[in-house]
Amino acid sequence: MSVPPPKAPPPQVSPTKAPPRTALPPEAPSAAVPPLRVLPMGERALLVELADGAAAAALHAELLRRRAEGELTVREIVPAARTVLLDGLDDPLRLAARLPSWEIPPLPARAEDVLEIPVRYDGPDLADVAALWGVPVRDVARIHSAAEFRVAFCGFAPGFGYLTGLGGVREVPRRATPRTAVPAGSVGLAGPYTGVYPRPSPGGWQLIGSTDAVLWDHARVPAALLTPGARVRFVPEAA
Amino acid sequence: MTDRAFAVVRAGALTTVQDEGRPGHAHLGVPRSGALDRPAAALVNRLVGNPPDAAALETTLNGCALRPRCAVTVAVGGAPCPVTVDGRAVAWGAPVRVPAGALLDVGPAVSGVRGYVALGGGIAVEPVLGSRSTDLLSGLGPPPLTEGAILPLGVAPVVHARVDTVPQPGPPRELILRVTPGPRADWFTATALRTLTTRAYRVSSASNRIGLRTEGPPLERAVRGELPSEGMVLGAIQVPPDGSPVVFLADHPTTGGYPVVGVARERDLAAAAQAVPGTVVRFVGAGGWPGLRG
Repeated sequence: MSVPPPKAPPPQVSPTKAPPRTALPPEAPSAAVPPLRVLPMGERALLVELADGAAAAALHAELLRRRAEGELTVREIVPAARTVLLDGLDDPLRLAARLPSWEIPPLPARAEDVLEIPVRYDGPDLADVAALWGVPVRDVARIHSAAEFRVAFCGFAPGFGYLTGLGGVREVPRRATPRTAVPAGSVGLAGPYTGVYPRPSPGGWQLIGSTDAVLWDHARVPAALLTPGARVRFVPEAA
Repeated sequence: MTDRAFAVVRAGALTTVQDEGRPGHAHLGVPRSGALDRPAAALVNRLVGNPPDAAALETTLNGCALRPRCAVTVAVGGAPCPVTVDGRAVAWGAPVRVPAGALLDVGPAVSGVRGYVALGGGIAVEPVLGSRSTDLLSGLGPPPLTEGAILPLGVAPVVHARVDTVPQPGPPRELILRVTPGPRADWFTATALRTLTTRAYRVSSASNRIGLRTEGPPLERAVRGELPSEGMVLGAIQVPPDGSPVVFLADHPTTGGYPVVGVARERDLAAAAQAVPGTVVRFVGAGGWPGLRG
């Protein structure tokens, strides 16, 4: 082979995380550009990595705004835990050069209506979650329904949203042994996320309740009840 | 019976309806789906006078058999195979008129994996999010064909193809995938990046429409720990904990938590759809791959 051994990865994939904002003057407003890294993803895509989920949410909102205003042509804008994927770009390198200089406003505290999802807090893992949180079982519903959630991203299945909003102290591990069948409408917890199963599937999330809300209906526009960026509250129903 | 439909007489190992898929919904967790060998699907559609995005059948290894309820022009392409109408041999890779009630048999692939069967008017199952494709990961679109199923056909095109036969590339003896660096190339050791682009891998029999799985020297990680879920693209080469690269195909998940070491060029993926298990895969560094000259 004529390919010599690599000396080091190219600069755009260097392992260093995004630098702290020391370059900014101390009086920089909080709306300043958060650190971001633009990573290569083939000939038509870019993966933008941000410091955290909030920064990814802010970039996601800004990308949607720019696309709606015709400033950006892209087929897919896919937010995730702390990245946003842009796929179907004509010229990824040109956008990669410009992105770091974008001014990205932080997400407004209340941009839209809060979607309410009725939940019966009757899940089979309620006691396990209560134990992990160190609270009485009845408090799980109270704590969970008091939080305001945001759909950080979708994945796993059409209409399956990863919702954040519980706060770090409420993180729980996935179940050691995933269930082979989780019913549609099951409300579960894993890591920092809350999710609702749109249809029956195998799953390893800790199930705390169930809902009759229709998470996915491909005849509806949009087909997914929970779309990235949506704000959500779970409302307790009698079990 | 002269209605525009056909009956499935033999479903084959896995026969699905495929068109150009449903891109644009990845943010809702919806895979792009669509024909794995895009050029082959577009070609058979052209041969019967269909637009390139008409829905056709994608067969896997052993073809299928159909009985149209109306006279229809069909074309079979992709993986080369014998084709018969009521037991008589007819042309592969060319438009063939099948009378109402006759039996069209698409035989086992002589080479390659995926055959494409276009029928005049296209398969007119109800579209889901703008596409009639069967998505095996998420279950969207029509189910895979089963014996006895009746599928509707669209209105026959009035425009005829200007060519009768066209050359189609044969399935690859060796699968060459040109790769550019992925977002997590730096999660792998320099040795692993060199291994990927200098050693031979083989297509695993566990490959499917979601991904081309490979067997070969495992890729060693330089960064341990878990990667939070991030967006995935067609051709992304994901490396699960066993170190064996998986090349994402049309039904790939929209997000994933294993690092993507590189991305295979989209125009090489049609050949990946036709690579039988055991085929040698060579990943060739391209466009910015570490250590590449020029």
